[in-house]
Amino acid sequence: MTSPADERVETPVRKPAVLSPLARLGEMRHLGLVVALVLLAVVGLVTVPGTFATTSNLVSILSLAATIGVITVGMTFVIIGGGIDLSVGAVMALASVWATTLATQSYGPLVMIVCAVLVGTGAGLVNGLLISYGRMVPFIATLAMLVAARGLAQRMSDRRTQLVQQGNEMIVELSTTRVLGIPLLVYIFALVVLAGWVVLNRTTFGRRTYAVGGNPEAARLAGIDVRRHTVALYALSGLCCGIAAVLIMARTTTGSSTHGDLYELDAIAAVIIGGTLLTGGRGSIIGSILGLLIFTVITNLFILNGLNTSDQLVAKGLIIVVAVLLQRRALTSRT
Amino acid sequence: MSEATPLLRMRGIVKQFPGVRALDGVDLEVLPGEVHCLLGQNGAGKSTLIKTLAGAHQPDEGTITLNGADVRLSSPIAAIRLGISTIYQELDLVDGLSVAENVFLGHEPARLGFVGRGRATRATRELLARLGHGEINPSTEVGRLSPAAKQVVSMARALSHDTRLIIMDEPSAALAHDEVGNLFRIIRELTAQGVAVVYISHRLEEIREIGDRVTVLKDGRTVAVGLPAKQTPTSRVVALMTGREVEYVFPPRRAERVAGAEVLRVERLTVPGVFADVSFSVRAGEIVGLAGLVGSGRSEIIEAVYGARRFSGQVFLEGRPVRGGGTTGAVRLGMGLAPEERKAQALLLDQSVSRNISLASLGRYSRLGWMDRRREAADAREMVRALDIRPADPERPVKTLSGGNQQKAVLARWLLNDRRLLLLDEPTRGVDVGARAELYALVRRLADEGIGVLLVSSEVPEVLGLADRVLVLREGRVIREADAGELDEHAVLDMIMEGSAL
Repeated sequence: MTSPADERVETPVRKPAVLSPLARLGEMRHLGLVVALVLLAVVGLVTVPGTFATTSNLVSILSLAATIGVITVGMTFVIIGGGIDLSVGAVMALASVWATTLATQSYGPLVMIVCAVLVGTGAGLVNGLLISYGRMVPFIATLAMLVAARGLAQRMSDRRTQLVQQGNEMIVELSTTRVLGIPLLVYIFALVVLAGWVVLNRTTFGRRTYAVGGNPEAARLAGIDVRRHTVALYALSGLCCGIAAVLIMARTTTGSSTHGDLYELDAIAAVIIGGTLLTGGRGSIIGSILGLLIFTVITNLFILNGLNTSDQLVAKGLIIVVAVLLQRRALTSRT
Repeated sequence: MSEATPLLRMRGIVKQFPGVRALDGVDLEVLPGEVHCLLGQNGAGKSTLIKTLAGAHQPDEGTITLNGADVRLSSPIAAIRLGISTIYQELDLVDGLSVAENVFLGHEPARLGFVGRGRATRATRELLARLGHGEINPSTEVGRLSPAAKQVVSMARALSHDTRLIIMDEPSAALAHDEVGNLFRIIRELTAQGVAVVYISHRLEEIREIGDRVTVLKDGRTVAVGLPAKQTPTSRVVALMTGREVEYVFPPRRAERVAGAEVLRVERLTVPGVFADVSFSVRAGEIVGLAGLVGSGRSEIIEAVYGARRFSGQVFLEGRPVRGGGTTGAVRLGMGLAPEERKAQALLLDQSVSRNISLASLGRYSRLGWMDRRREAADAREMVRALDIRPADPERPVKTLSGGNQQKAVLARWLLNDRRLLLLDEPTRGVDVGARAELYALVRRLADEGIGVLLVSSEVPEVLGLADRVLVLREGRVIREADAGELDEHAVLDMIMEGSAL
């Protein structure tokens, strides 16, 4: 709160080198995530010194993170825009099944990739249209898509796991081919993250996303077509699911209706840990990715230490709670 | 009756909010069994006073006595326990619960934590019968009732406590004419039983009909206590409400008005149930004001012109038609809106001043979708300087600015991209006196630069002082159109409250 008296005080002209308070807070918030990640790494180095810090382990962490990571980028857009997408895991599964049917596979690997991307985008488009023009609550519309997409995937595949056929190995090579020791799919993940960051921070589309999520009424009265933008956000999330489908086909050499089970929860959790508000209007891609890496490293540590996977879930739950409580404190201490 | 012991006596009540002294020494005295009317313009302090009585605000100074004993109304529950019930303007009922559940919300008759449903239903039926509405079923869901029936439920809730004083904030605003008659019948029965009513309304004729005595507030002070409601002439009441100490400083109008080209033409604009058959035009360089009470349709007219509402009739901006149901068209044609609720409808509170300014012009900074951030920052700096937004830091979050500076940021948003017409809805709400003068000067300067302005304000002096031409609205119709110079505050208040003059 500033009283009128405060304003009359001359404010010194800020030197351009000094960060604004908001930017500084943003850095600090990410700093907290980085510290958490470093702490986890220390835990890894102490408990499993021989295996944690190996190249192969780090590469496996990144490969594991890549699929959900791509989905998390789309989820970050949707949540900053004031929505939520529960259908991501199911849509990814549907895209992987559609792309690995014998009919699609007969056209070769490029058509498979295009197919996965189109199926994902199409499903996202349907979500967006239902929410914007059908005026459905995002939670419900995407829940319906979750169920329906999973069902359609089961029907198409007859609940069988569909292998990537001979002649289409190019798909699988995305995970086996390494450049500088790192598989191609990790590069794809990095590219998606970079593209997402650029779109969110350097384009008018990103600006509108923050505006639509932060105050839809203000955005509407400022002449922004909020509905069209919302459709675009869900289509973008669907596109990310399509790309993720390609990655999971590469890693598992299969398309299956069981792929991506509960990915929606991991992606949402990563976004929340990364400091994006579920109410929309605030958040960042970097935060989401750091949140996801924290999750993935925890999984990795539990596996390396031979611990119970159920305990791992409890640990993840605790981390979500702690992260949100810390962020709340950071927010309130500022005002 | 003059020597009866007052039920309620408030003395020298002061309530200070950051930057505003909302109540500055208010006295109020209510006798048992009377209908005491509270009158005052918007911003006179009526709602703050009610909230103080309801226990929602704590006064900074002053005393409240109830039946001769000093009391502290430290919370809404404390007020209710002392027998003070409040029926707010927006009825605070829960639509999804039944009538009986609403009536006993918060004080359900319970035994060992189990709600005594039968008892609540019986008691509700009795209360409704006492109010003359035995036909309302206590188990009906409140969401399915008419506004009038909801009003009755609110009153039943007030009576379900052991109530000695009921405060009614514009109870007739949501009611049709015959329903108002029924409301008055209920009020008479209550007062006959010794309950006192504090009645707030803008409609003077109602106050004549139901009121016993009137207290007038102005600028947070009591200016008249206990006037007889039926005998005091309207002109005297209006004079008390308007005689003003706060001086408005308005910029001079141009000596001779240059008749610019017509920017906006509105023909037979109608939104059913809100306003009907409104026609007017705004010329370049002209400020047109809409004067009227809340509910007269003034804000809704602006929303319709902007395309934010569906309407029948026609709106043209520089000859091109504007369609209802979407704002992108109006913005593209060259309109800009500073809406009534600045924080809820205009600002991205967490974001910087700069980003708030650029919001409506993103297309202008876009090169194939890429944001030209350097130009954005330069334009924001330029606007902050031109409109003297303080503190002069475009990167500051907009929520840390005062109301007046936030409003300037909203105006800057539109000035950035060459507007033909600005729609200003309550532009000085929540803006302190000094900053108001600046905003007035700014609006006049924009008009002089050739922009057309359509202004809505609930403060009549503001409309008369700033606008060139004024449309007076009452209940969704234009009842008078004139140059601002031909009207005075009394006449306009008379018209919007009584609908008498033509």
